[in-house]
Parts: sequence; C-alpha cells; structure tokens
Amino acid sequence: MDFELTDVEAQVVTMARALGREVVAPVARDGDRTGRFPEEVVRALASAGFLAVNVPEALGGAGAGPVAYALAMTEIAAADCAVAVTMGVTNMVGELIARYGTPEQAERCCPRLASGEWLAGAFALSEPGAGSDPAAMTTRATRRGGGWVLNGQKQWITSGDRAGVLVVWARDDPGAGTKGITAFLVEAGTPGLVVGRHEEKMGIRASSTVSLSFEECELPDSAVLGRVGEGFRIAMWALDGGRIGIGAQGTGAIRAALEASLRYARDRKAFGHAIGEFQAIGFMLADMKTDHDASRLLTLRAAELKGRGLAFTREASMAKLFASEAAQRAVSKAVQIHGGYGYTDEFPVERYFRDARVQTIYEGTSEVQRLVIARDVLR
Amino acid sequence: MDIQLTDEQRQVRDLCREFSEQELRPNARRWDEEHHFPREAVRKLGEMGLMGVAVPPEWGGAGMDTVAYAIAMEEISRGCAGTGVIMSVSNSLYCDPVLKFGTDEQRREFLTPFASGDKLGCFALTEPMSGSDAAEMRTLAVAHGDEYVLSGTKNFITNGPQADVVLVFAMTDRARGHKGITAFLVPAETKGFTRAKPDQKVGIRASGSCSIFFEDCAVPKRCRLGQEGEGFKIAMSTLDGGRIGIAAQALGIARAAYEEAVAYAKERKAFGKPIATFQAIQFMVADMATEIDAARLLTWRAATLKDKGVRFSAEAAMAKLYASEMAERVTSKGIQVHGGYGYTKEFDAERHWRDSRITEIYEGTSEIQRIVISSALLKD
Repeated sequence: MDFELTDVEAQVVTMARALGREVVAPVARDGDRTGRFPEEVVRALASAGFLAVNVPEALGGAGAGPVAYALAMTEIAAADCAVAVTMGVTNMVGELIARYGTPEQAERCCPRLASGEWLAGAFALSEPGAGSDPAAMTTRATRRGGGWVLNGQKQWITSGDRAGVLVVWARDDPGAGTKGITAFLVEAGTPGLVVGRHEEKMGIRASSTVSLSFEECELPDSAVLGRVGEGFRIAMWALDGGRIGIGAQGTGAIRAALEASLRYARDRKAFGHAIGEFQAIGFMLADMKTDHDASRLLTLRAAELKGRGLAFTREASMAKLFASEAAQRAVSKAVQIHGGYGYTDEFPVERYFRDARVQTIYEGTSEVQRLVIARDVLR
Repeated sequence: MDIQLTDEQRQVRDLCREFSEQELRPNARRWDEEHHFPREAVRKLGEMGLMGVAVPPEWGGAGMDTVAYAIAMEEISRGCAGTGVIMSVSNSLYCDPVLKFGTDEQRREFLTPFASGDKLGCFALTEPMSGSDAAEMRTLAVAHGDEYVLSGTKNFITNGPQADVVLVFAMTDRARGHKGITAFLVPAETKGFTRAKPDQKVGIRASGSCSIFFEDCAVPKRCRLGQEGEGFKIAMSTLDGGRIGIAAQALGIARAAYEEAVAYAKERKAFGKPIATFQAIQFMVADMATEIDAARLLTWRAATLKDKGVRFSAEAAMAKLYASEMAERVTSKGIQVHGGYGYTKEFDAERHWRDSRITEIYEGTSEIQRIVISSALLKD
C-alpha cells in the first residue's frame, strides 16, 4: 500500500496545475459572467492531452489511466468547474467509444475528440421526464431499411451544441425494460438532430447545456454503439467512470475554496488579529481540509480499482456522493469566512458556491448514489 | 498510487477478524456490563504479537508496519472496543516511545516483556487540571543524587489499574514550560506509587482507567526516557502515532454498528417488508458505509506516512478527527436502524454508541485535532 503518486501521475498533476493556473483560471470569471463557451481553453486542454486522458495512445489519447484522469480533473476543477465538466464529458465519451465502439467507430471518433478537432463529445441520456430513472426514457429508435430512425427529446445535454459526436440512448424495444435500450453515435450536423434551448444555469455557466430533439433522425446501422439492447449497461458503465470524474471535481472545488479561504484568513484582520488565528475560522479550515483529503482518497481509490480492472461501482458512487456533498460544505464555509465580501463577485468564492451546487445532482443525484451503495451493501 | 493490501496485511486482517469473532465479540457485552478487564484475551493478544505489532521481533514484537497495526486495531475493536484501547495504549502510547527513545538497556527491561504481552504498560500525561494543555502539568520530578523524586497526580490513565510500568511525564524545570518536561518509566511496585479505584466510564468498560499518584516516588536515573526536557516532544510524537490507533479503533466500532445494522435491516419487517427495502434505511446504511471507507482511507494514509518516516501529524489528526466523529454518527444511526431495540441491552448497538463517544475525547479532543490541522494549514 502506497498513497504516493507514480511519476507519471505526479507529472500529470504538475501539468494540469500549471494549465489550470495559467490558462483556465484567468478567464473563469469572465466565462461565468458571459456564459461564453471557452473554446480557446478547451483547445489548450486538447493540446495537453486532457480531453482523452484515459483513452489509449493508439487512438490519440494520453493513455495515462483513471488515476491520472482523476488527478487532472481535480486540478482543472480547482481552476474552473465549468471547464472541468466540459472536459469530463468529452473524456467520458472518448473512453466509452474506445471501449464499446467498433475499430471503425473508435478510429473515427477518438482521435478527433482527443485532438480537439471536435471540441467536445456529448452524452445524451437524460430526458425531460427521465433523469434518475433512465429506463423510463421515451426516445424511440425504430428500424427502417437497413438503419434506424430516432425520435424524441433529450434534456440537460452538456456540450450538446458543441459536440462533434453525441452518444444518444434510445428505446429500441418498448416492452423490454432496461434490455430494450440501445446507444447510438450521432455526429453533429446529422439531419433530424435539432439543438434546442440553452439553459440559463446558476453555476458552471461557461459550460453549455442544451436540450436536443430528434425528429426523424436517420442513422445507419453502423451508428449503433455496442450491441442492440446493450445501451443501458453501457450507460451504467460510463456513469461509473463519470462519477469518479465528479468526485474529482468535488475535490477540486474544495481545494479552490480552501485555498481562497486560507489566503483571506491570513490577510483579513479583526479584533487585532488575522482571522485565521481565531478558532472559529481555523476550525472551519480544518474541516475543509479533512473533507478535501477524504474526498480525494475516496476518488483515487475508485480510480485505482478501475485502473486495475476490478469492480468499482460502489466505490465510484461513494466518491461522488462524499466529494460532492463535502464540496457543498466547503464552498459554503468559504463564503462564510469571506463575510460580506464572500457574497460579492469581488472574490471567487461566490462562483465556487454556485458552481459546486450541481455536483450533488448531475451524473446521478446523491439519492441515486445512496441507492447504488445501499443495493450493493444490502445485497 | 497503490491502495491494495499486502499479503501480510491481509493475513493480519483475517487472523484478527477470526480472533475477534471467536474470543471478543461473544464476551464484549458481559465485559461491558461487569466492567471486566479481559485478562485472558489480552494474554492471547500478546501471544499473537498484537501488543507490539510494529515493534521489531528482537524486542519482542511482531515487526509489522503501521498499516498492519491499524488493520489489527480495527478488527480487534470491531469485536470489543475496550480490548481495542488496551491494545492501542500498549502499542502506540507505550511500546512505540520506548522503542523510539529508549536505550538498548531500557528496551530490554521496559520493552521486550511489554511488546510480547507478558507485562502491560500505560501512558500518564493528563492531570486533573491539565488535559488538552499538557504544558500546564503540575507533576514534578526533582533530581536528587542518582534518583529523580516524583510527586503529583495523573488522571484518566488507561491501563492504569493493571499496568506494570507507567510512562509518566513530569516537570523537571517548571520555568522552561513545555521544554521543562521529562519522561520517566516508573515500575508500579516503586514506593510512593499508588492508584485510585478504576473510573466508572460511559463506554469502553472492558478497559480500566484510573487516577495514579506519585508521593515522593523515587526512581533511579536509568528510568528517565530520553533527555531532560525532551518529554513534551516524546509525548507529542507518541500521540501522533496514537491517533492512528484511535482512528482505527473508531473504525472498528463503526464497523460493528454498521454490520449489525445491515443484518438487522434485512431481518426486521415493517409494513410487510424487510426495513432494508425502504430508502429511509437504505440511505442511512449507504452513508454509514461511505463514511467508514473515507475514515479508513484517511487512517491508512496516515499509517503509510508514519512508516515512510515523514511528518504525519496533520494526517494523523485528520484521520482521528474524521474517524471519531464518523463513529459517533454511524453508531447513532446504528441505534436508529434498530428502533426501540437499539435502546436496550438486547442488542449491541447501544454499546457501540457509548464506546464511540470517547474516541472524540482521548488522545487529543476533536478540538485539539482541528488546532493541529489548522495550524499546519496556516503555517504552510
């Protein structure tokens, strides 16, 4: 047992931290205000290999493994959670296609996602009436000729308008429950793929979230990802990995909140002392640090299991649940430590506070994580 | 990054789990009720090498690493938290400092029989009027010829009622504050050493604690551990390691509560179904499992750092803080899952809850841990 990072992992951290500090963080405030998608930042992530960290090198990825991915996500999230979620979804889609795609699919999509030729990948599972319960989806995939036709609505699709390729789940067999769902690869510009409204979000505003509709969207048979009827299983596998990503995001959010709070607690004086010298503040900092380390360890533990090819569903849910909830506590404390200033945009902590809120919701709410964990331990 | 157990660590876990299940768990409720010190179980722990897990074999110990120690502490505490603290005092608070700061001569006399479990040691720092603020201690040690003469009172000394030797901290130079504290190894048969009746405690009742008294208690100079004035440093570095032991104890207590809650939730029916099928119960169980895993990772991380010989004070404090507060939450949920039965002695849930409470207090309260962590943060 050794919690030290390997050389490769440590290098990834160094690179990601520099990128976060020099490229991502400087434009985070502007991205939050304008809601503008940070194209140039995403290109910088691509150059660093961060859009396909755990995609094999043969497919254009960095091939650095799940632990390196979690570490990179943590660093980017500490700089800007909006960029981190964009990066996370693209990684998830690239990994998914590398794992379940045919050689033709993987060779077409993965290098384009990794290089930034396609600015993003998108993951279209949720629907207006089916979030935590994806098996309730109503988007239909119907056989026509030698191919398929998609009809239906998808909701909350990160990078849905920016993605070169979208993984879209649809029901091919209405009577077959979770076994009647199939995943498809839909490239941008496919007729019948219609990008709907952009959501106005309270946080992670520089990430793009749209609704999509599929109107008689015709796809060739070669668009099926994995096997027909295998879609639900594919989605669950992807979400397990995605949850490691959100665990890493939560960890990054806590670190950003803690570092900002430490700076402020050293500078700000009250009653003749730096406020960090008061136990009221010091104890908040101690709890943030402890939550940070626990989140990080749970996240890296799940990533390590994934890297070994072992089961990691429960561990990924624990990491996601713990880190996202710990992040809520940390960002709220950060605002508290900053007092009135924390409630203004003079300091970044109010953005951290808004950005972190989604972490207990997306890629499986806290409630879904608890179900996953409980089902496993009560089995 | 490698979070897998080694073969040796796995073996320790399996061995301790079996011992705990067979020898501790069936008796823990009775020992708690009777305030009974489990002499026979402690003797067996000694035979298994568990009273000096990280002490090299040449000094009577098992020669394993701190992760193995944390694993053993968790498993033993899962069976009986009182037995767990007896073991942790022997390992962390007694054997560890004697190994680290003792001369070979001192190790022969004061370590080997203790690491092997033939004798029992204890650690006497706290006083009636100085707990968290150890530098305020009143106990004095005055050099007199070839001897030091100790006088004063120590409080809440775990293993005190049974100890053969006391590792005690006393002021040799009051003017120098914490730099005037010196450590001594005092055999219990020394004239002038007496002990009060054991304390009546809320939990961990299989372990004994008591006040101890030094009245013109003269010990030879060879009983001084480390140099004059080095006592505070010895105490603090010892407590860093002790915190890993207590974090692991809290883990074991929480695991007992959690495992019993899971078993109960599967059996107990309400509204026509096992209560495990309700989200209200499932979500409690999910939180218990998650928090236990978080605490274990923090504990093992601190243990690996100790083995590497790098600074681990803040990491041990985080492990101890989180694990102890986690244990109180988890054991409270354990009672909740059991409903009315959880409030009775028919199940062990109530004992786990009582046992957990001390882990937030001893070897540095939660408040002290937060001071250690925040000081490290603000210093960086």
